[in-house]
Amino acid sequence: MELGKPNLDVFAETLLELGRQEPNLLVVTGDSRGSAKLAAFCQTLPGQVVEVGIAEQNLVGISAGLTAAGKKVFAVSPACFLTARGLEQIKNDVAYSDMPVKLIGISAGVSYGALGTTHHSLHDFAVLLAIHNIDIVVPADNFETRETVKAALNHPRPIYIRLDKKPVYHLHHPDTVFQIGKAIVLSRGSDVTFIATGETVAPAVMATRVLTERGISSGVISVHTLCPLDEESILEAASTSRAIVTVEEHSVNGGLGSRVASLLLEKGIFVPFKMVAFPVEYMVTGSQSEIFAHYNITPQGLAETATRLLCSKQEIK
Amino acid sequence: MMTVAELELKSIQYRKKILSMIKHANAGHTAGSLSCVDILNVLYNQILNISPENFALYQRDRYVQSKGHSVEALYVVLADRGFFAESELDTFEQYQSPFIGHPTRKVPGIEHNTGALGHGLSVAVGMALAGKLDRRLDKVYVLLGDGELDEGSNWEASMSAAHYKLDNLVVIVDRNMLQITGRTEEVNQLEPLEDKFVAFGYAVRHVDGHSIPDLINIFKSVPFENGKPNLILAHTVKGKGVSFMENGTSWHHRVPTDEEFHAAIRELEQAEKKWRERYGAG
Ligand SMILES: Cc1ncc(C[n+]2csc(CCOP(=O)(O)OP(=O)(O)O)c2C)c(N)n1
Ligand SMILES: [Mg+2]
Repeated sequence: MELGKPNLDVFAETLLELGRQEPNLLVVTGDSRGSAKLAAFCQTLPGQVVEVGIAEQNLVGISAGLTAAGKKVFAVSPACFLTARGLEQIKNDVAYSDMPVKLIGISAGVSYGALGTTHHSLHDFAVLLAIHNIDIVVPADNFETRETVKAALNHPRPIYIRLDKKPVYHLHHPDTVFQIGKAIVLSRGSDVTFIATGETVAPAVMATRVLTERGISSGVISVHTLCPLDEESILEAASTSRAIVTVEEHSVNGGLGSRVASLLLEKGIFVPFKMVAFPVEYMVTGSQSEIFAHYNITPQGLAETATRLLCSKQEIK
Repeated sequence: MMTVAELELKSIQYRKKILSMIKHANAGHTAGSLSCVDILNVLYNQILNISPENFALYQRDRYVQSKGHSVEALYVVLADRGFFAESELDTFEQYQSPFIGHPTRKVPGIEHNTGALGHGLSVAVGMALAGKLDRRLDKVYVLLGDGELDEGSNWEASMSAAHYKLDNLVVIVDRNMLQITGRTEEVNQLEPLEDKFVAFGYAVRHVDGHSIPDLINIFKSVPFENGKPNLILAHTVKGKGVSFMENGTSWHHRVPTDEEFHAAIRELEQAEKKWRERYGAG
C-alpha cells in the first residue's frame, strides 16, 4: 500500500479549488487555520476567510448566520472543541434550524495523542448520531476526503466531516464511485468482514492480508458515512460472512459499532460480532499510533481479534 | 523566603529545563511556557501556601492553570517544589506516562485538569466561592492566556466573580499579545482590555510579568480593593529569554532543532553567567 498525504492537506487543497470557483464559499476559523493547513487558502482568498478567535460556540453560531444569509460555509475547528464546546450551537442553530453548514472537525479522534483527553474526540459520533438532521462523514483516505469536500459544497443538509492529522494510505482507485451515504466495499470475505470507518480502514485492509496467510477469507467495507448509514451494504456483508468485526477511532459507546450491532439485531441477524473501539476509561498517554497499538487497532491486532472470534464460534458449535 | 536574586536564577534554570523537556519529548508548547514561567516561579516559591505537605487539605491556596498548554512550566516548577522527582519529567508525553501535554490531576500538585481553553476561570470562581462560604482566608489564583479571553465563558465567570464579591480570587492574564495565528489584536480584538475588566467589576493592576520584584509586590498587595475580584494584566513576551523565540508567531508549538536548542541553552547559560558575575557563586 502506498502512503498518501494527510487528509487535512487534501481538504485544504480541495477547498482552495472550490473557493476559487465559488466566491460565496467562506471558511470560518477559530485560531485554527495553521492546524487546518489553510495558510494557502488564507493567502490566496483572504476575502473568503472569517476569523473569530478561540471561540467555538461563536464560530458555529456565526457560521449558521452566514449560511442563513446565503453563504456556503466551512466551519473549521479541532473536532474535540467543535463537537463539545459548540454542541448546543450545532444542535440548535445548525441541525434543528436546518442550516447546511459544513462543520469540519480537524485533528479528530486521538490525533492529538499525548495532549490528552481535552484534545481527543471520541464522543463526536455518539453525540451527533443522537441529533436529528446532521450527516456525518469520516473519510478514510485522500480520495474519500477529496470527494467528500467536493460533495459537501452543495450538500443540502448540515454535515460534519471528521479529519485526522497524519498521512494516510491510498485505498481506492481514482475512478471509484463515491457518494455520501453509500459505503465502499473494498473486498469480500466469506469468513469475516471488517466494517470500518476513517483511519481504521487501512489497518483493517492490512489485517485481511495477515488473515489470508492463515487461510481465513476476510473483507473490508469503508463506511465513510455514519449518517445516513448504508444499511444495505452492511446487511449484505453480514449475510455473506460468518462473522463481523467493526473498527473505529471512537468510544465503544454510540459509534459505528453500536449502530451496526443494533441494526443486525433488529434484522434478526445473529453472527459472531466484535466491536473494536476505545473503552470508556482514562486514556493512555501516547501518540496516535501508540494509542492505536495499545487498543489493538493494528493489522496484527485486528487479525488476532478476527481469528479469535472465528475460533470461539467453532468452540460453541 | 528566597531572595529576589535567588528567584531570578531559578527563572533562568527553569527556562533551561522547559526547553530540555520539550526537546527530549520532541513536542510541547514552547513560547507560552517561557512567557509565564516567571509568574509561576514567584507564585510557587514566594506567594502560594501550597506544598506537597498540605496539598491533600482543603485549607490552603489554590492555583489553576487555565492556559493548560503551558504545562511544561508548571511541571518544572512543581518538580522543583518537591511534588515529584525531576527525573520523572523525562517521560513527558511518552507512552503510558502520567505527564501528558496538559495539566492532569494524575500528576501530584496539579489542581485541575485543563487544556481546553476557557474553563479555568469558572472553576476558580467555584473554588473562591467555597472559600467565602467557609469564611476561609486562603486565595485562589488562576492563569489565563490573552488569546484565551476570546472564549465567552471567561466573561460569564467574570460576572459571577464580581457578583459574589470574590476578593479572594486573583486572575492573572498572560498578556503576551500573541495567540497561535498571530497578534491578538489582529485575530480578535481584545482592547480596550482594562476597560472591559473594570466594567466587569474587577480591581485591575498592571505588572511587568518578567520582573520578579514587581510580581512579588503586586501579589503581596492583594486584595487590591475589598469586595472586588483581583485582575492582574501581566505584560509578558511570548518566548521570553531566548532572543530568537521572543515575539515570534512560529514558536507557539514548535520544537527547536538541535542547532536552535543548543543556541537557546547557550543564551540561557550566558544569562546564568551574568547572574553569577553580579551576585557571586549563588
Ligand atoms: C477550547 C480550545 N480551543 C482551541 C484550543 C487550541 N489552542 C491551544 S493554545 C491556543 C492559543 C492560546 O493563546 P493564548 O491564550 O494567548 O496563550 P499563550 O499566548 O500564552 O500561549 C489555542 C487556540 C484549545 N486548547 N482550547
Ligand atoms: Mg497569548
